[in-house]
Amino acid sequence: MPRLTADHEACQGYGNCITGAPDVYDIDDDGVVVLLKDEIPDSDRARVEEAARSCPVSALAVED
Amino acid sequence: MPTVVVVGSSVAGVRTVQALRSAGSTDRVVLVGEESELPYDKPPLSKQFLAGSWDTEKIRLLTAEQATELDVELRLGAAAERLDVAGRQLHLADGSALDFDVVVLATGAAARPSPWPVGSGVHVVRTLADARALRADLADDGPVVVVGGGFIGAEVAATAHALGRTVTVVDPLPTPIGRVVGDEVGEHFTALHHRHGVRTCFGTGVESISGAVGDLTVTLTDGTSLPAATVVVGIGAVPNDGWLATSGLLVENGVTCDQHCRAVDSPDVYVVGDLARWYHPGHEEHLRVEHWTNAVDSAVVAAHNIAHPDDLRAHAPVEYVWSDQYDWRIQIVGRPARATRHELVGSLDGDTARGAVLYTDDGGRLRGAVTVNWPKALVTCRRLVSAGAGFADAVAQVGALPPARAAA
Repeated sequence: MPRLTADHEACQGYGNCITGAPDVYDIDDDGVVVLLKDEIPDSDRARVEEAARSCPVSALAVED
Repeated sequence: MPTVVVVGSSVAGVRTVQALRSAGSTDRVVLVGEESELPYDKPPLSKQFLAGSWDTEKIRLLTAEQATELDVELRLGAAAERLDVAGRQLHLADGSALDFDVVVLATGAAARPSPWPVGSGVHVVRTLADARALRADLADDGPVVVVGGGFIGAEVAATAHALGRTVTVVDPLPTPIGRVVGDEVGEHFTALHHRHGVRTCFGTGVESISGAVGDLTVTLTDGTSLPAATVVVGIGAVPNDGWLATSGLLVENGVTCDQHCRAVDSPDVYVVGDLARWYHPGHEEHLRVEHWTNAVDSAVVAAHNIAHPDDLRAHAPVEYVWSDQYDWRIQIVGRPARATRHELVGSLDGDTARGAVLYTDDGGRLRGAVTVNWPKALVTCRRLVSAGAGFADAVAQVGALPPARAAA
């Protein structure tokens, strides 16, 4: 299954990922991304890839 | 094999080709760009890149290797000159032409040119070349005058200040950011300049600019003369739609589109990003939006619709934009400028500002929010605007958010 990664240092709290995939990404009280899942089914891949690519600082990735 | 030609290599065009592959498209995909540079991202050009903390590699949107992995053909350094919609051909400035089955127009917007031409030392900030030239001049000494107190102007002022320059910002409006956030909240943005020792001349226009780099004079309409080593003009952007004048498309401050990002009466022509004046089905009006997130979102919608023409999606986003100025991370969601009333949660004052301004109209719904150094409040408000939440409920929810453990 595709694996999710997040660069917590790079994250700036812009929040686009949460709009695109609120079941996968959240934000903590300090404004840093939280991964709600480590892996996603292939059927979710396109949607989560778009959410990851909506990050303005490229802090998110979907890896094989 | 059908061919999709994407015209424009900034974020809207790049995200379109990436989203085409994510959506399962196996079409031939060609990405055409006027600049010979590999695609790069624009928001850092007035901030981290201008400050010198990020280099060109850090702002790349697509490398040659990534294009190969995506099976996307790059045609960079090739300005689009003319679109033949009926003949399905894109004509390039080098005399060649590209046949297409579907074309995506993503030529964006250009900096509104300075109406005060001088030989040197006056900059706009839109392209990588612009930012490199300004970055070089900012390495020198002497005062900087920024003409335009909007987001680009304020970001450049903050960056120049951080580089040790003495900065003055000029704008004909008494409260420039008030256009977006309302005048009362806009006063806090003016105070942000002052707290950092940046002078503002708001409510005063520019009469003329004279001189040359290192020795410029900006003369204001009230007679004030401001000496400047460097001048930056940030007075908005204009859509790059001139090349489409002969296309037969409806061009009127951008290309007019339907809710699916298709040019009206031309279903094989999609338009994304700053160039599109599309019908927003939620707002029931045509809009042109120059925000990074809108470029990305519209690219995803267009790519999905190209790959899945039997399952068309509408582009109906809640507006979202951010700006980083001095020690403020500013995030704006929805349409604060259309509101009639607002309420502040937290504080926008002093060195530890952390607040959210929530906006409503006479209908009693949350219509928008402006947050400072508080991403959690922004995300909350963005969700609540999408859901059509009531204003009082929204204020209560944001008020109940826990304090940050550390200053943002």
